[in-house]
Amino acid sequence: MASHILRRLLATVPVVVIVAVLVFLLLRLTPGDPAAVIAGDHASAADIERIRASLGLDRPLLEQFFIWAGTLLQGDLGRSIISNMPISSLIAQRIEPTLSLAASTMLVSLLVSLPLGIAAAWGSRTWVDRFTMVLAILGFSLPVFLVAYTLIYFFSMKLGWFPVQGYRPLAQGVLPWLQGLALPTLSLSFTYIALLARTTRASMLDVLSEDYIRTAQAKGVRTRALLIRHAFSNAAVPVVTIAGIGITLLISGVVITETVFNIPGLGRLTVDAILSRDYPIIQALILLFSGVYVVINLLIDLLYLVLDPRIEY
Amino acid sequence: MSATTNLAAIAPMRRTWMPRFLRGRPALVGGAALLIVLVAIAIASPWLTGNPQAISPLNRLRPPSADLWFGADQLGRDIYARTLQGARVSLLVGVCVALLSAAIGLLVGVLCGFYRRLDAVVMRLMDALMAIPSILLAIALTTLVRGGVLLVIVAITVPEIPRVVRLVRSVVLTLRGQPYVIAAIAAGTRQPLIMLRHIVPNAVSPLIVQATYVCASAILTEAGLSFIGAGVPPEVPSWGNIIASARSYFQIAPWAIFFPGVGLALTVLAVNLLGDGLRDSLDPRASRRL
Repeated sequence: MASHILRRLLATVPVVVIVAVLVFLLLRLTPGDPAAVIAGDHASAADIERIRASLGLDRPLLEQFFIWAGTLLQGDLGRSIISNMPISSLIAQRIEPTLSLAASTMLVSLLVSLPLGIAAAWGSRTWVDRFTMVLAILGFSLPVFLVAYTLIYFFSMKLGWFPVQGYRPLAQGVLPWLQGLALPTLSLSFTYIALLARTTRASMLDVLSEDYIRTAQAKGVRTRALLIRHAFSNAAVPVVTIAGIGITLLISGVVITETVFNIPGLGRLTVDAILSRDYPIIQALILLFSGVYVVINLLIDLLYLVLDPRIEY
Repeated sequence: MSATTNLAAIAPMRRTWMPRFLRGRPALVGGAALLIVLVAIAIASPWLTGNPQAISPLNRLRPPSADLWFGADQLGRDIYARTLQGARVSLLVGVCVALLSAAIGLLVGVLCGFYRRLDAVVMRLMDALMAIPSILLAIALTTLVRGGVLLVIVAITVPEIPRVVRLVRSVVLTLRGQPYVIAAIAAGTRQPLIMLRHIVPNAVSPLIVQATYVCASAILTEAGLSFIGAGVPPEVPSWGNIIASARSYFQIAPWAIFFPGVGLALTVLAVNLLGDGLRDSLDPRASRRL
């Protein structure tokens, strides 16, 4: 068990290293002159040279890599080209809204999708099932900004229940914080609910056709216990796996949702960096988000041991 | 109850041929029909509408009316013209990304399924690509390179490849153990021939289904990229950048966002319906799983 955890930890190392190398090479090997592109259309030759030097692009490739990897290993993500602020402090300033949004989305998605998926599998071919499948296909088809603007139109502009835009920090009180988060969370949850409800339904359908479920039913186990303890605890592994892989979906959604709702989080930082062509920030955010993905999927892998005692390594 | 659930869950495995292929499959027929209409509109749009970039200050923020069907934005540009012509970029990107990632995914996936050493290296690379959120990888590419629609297509294709490679590879690995493939190996058939004649034809059905889903997700990613300013340049109207340019005026002119948004949703819905329909017809095992 301990050796498995260690081995699993070591297995993440090549992934992280390859991501870092990819991100590094992206800037160096792209066709054209990235320094000129980053500098923009009205830059002078001196500006382009300054950016080239600040990105270290004027040195040999291998030397660049070791300098970059060295500073990265010390936890230094570099500095913004535009404001010259350390990127780690820019990220620290913006992390609260993004974390709040991601956590509330995760919570809402799980609370809605798990019961929905279980009910759909239990009432297969009934209206619950049809509703869930329609919701699932809509969730995959409706773009996050259409959902977001529709919600703003009805709940903020017509009914006035929620602010149109903006984010209130948790320090200003729980209620305003929740009010600001409600619509972004709903918009962002939609796809995730679709994904998780569909996976839960499929996984539950597989389990419900097992013999031991019929045995449990024949013994007179109550429906609730049957569905949750007997069936769902065995159907949870694929759901958790998909939830982990879906993290990238969530991260992409965060970038767009924060833009629609004008939330000063990491997604907004990304978009500002695109508009000012501040490549070091984009690079740091890719590394950060990929790191989050790797860590979450590592935790999920370890969670399998808890969810399914039959899995032995 | 459990018995009926069981029966309902397992779709009858029947052979499908053309008439049956469409019969009793509302998702497939509906999705295909909707998509054909949308493609026709996209192709015909330059003749159906005026210039989507024409600025007419008199029409600024005009709501939808008899002569301006979808209203106008803050520059007085006709949203009807912009929405219809925006379909061209979305469909182009969706189809190109689906074809490109299917072709690359098929090639790499088959090779990985056959050569273990290559597999070990390529799959680590794929793991790493999967870890990078697709929209961020595309953002990085479009920030670094100046380019138009072609660059956006490449930037969206790269993060889609790992999913296709994994799918093809898993099909190949299953097929390799099949008696007829073992027989072909034993008979001394050359490896390229085994791949082409015995493996690829069997990988085509799941690949088509996957390519449809890739198409849907590429259309959404393109819109997302253009919405945050990292996609198609503003001179080319795309649903994402139409919505982006109308963003600040949302409270005064919601129609400038609503119509392109609905166009986008309808297109992705059509492609997804087509994908579900194809999955049910071509790949009954997968339809049971999901």
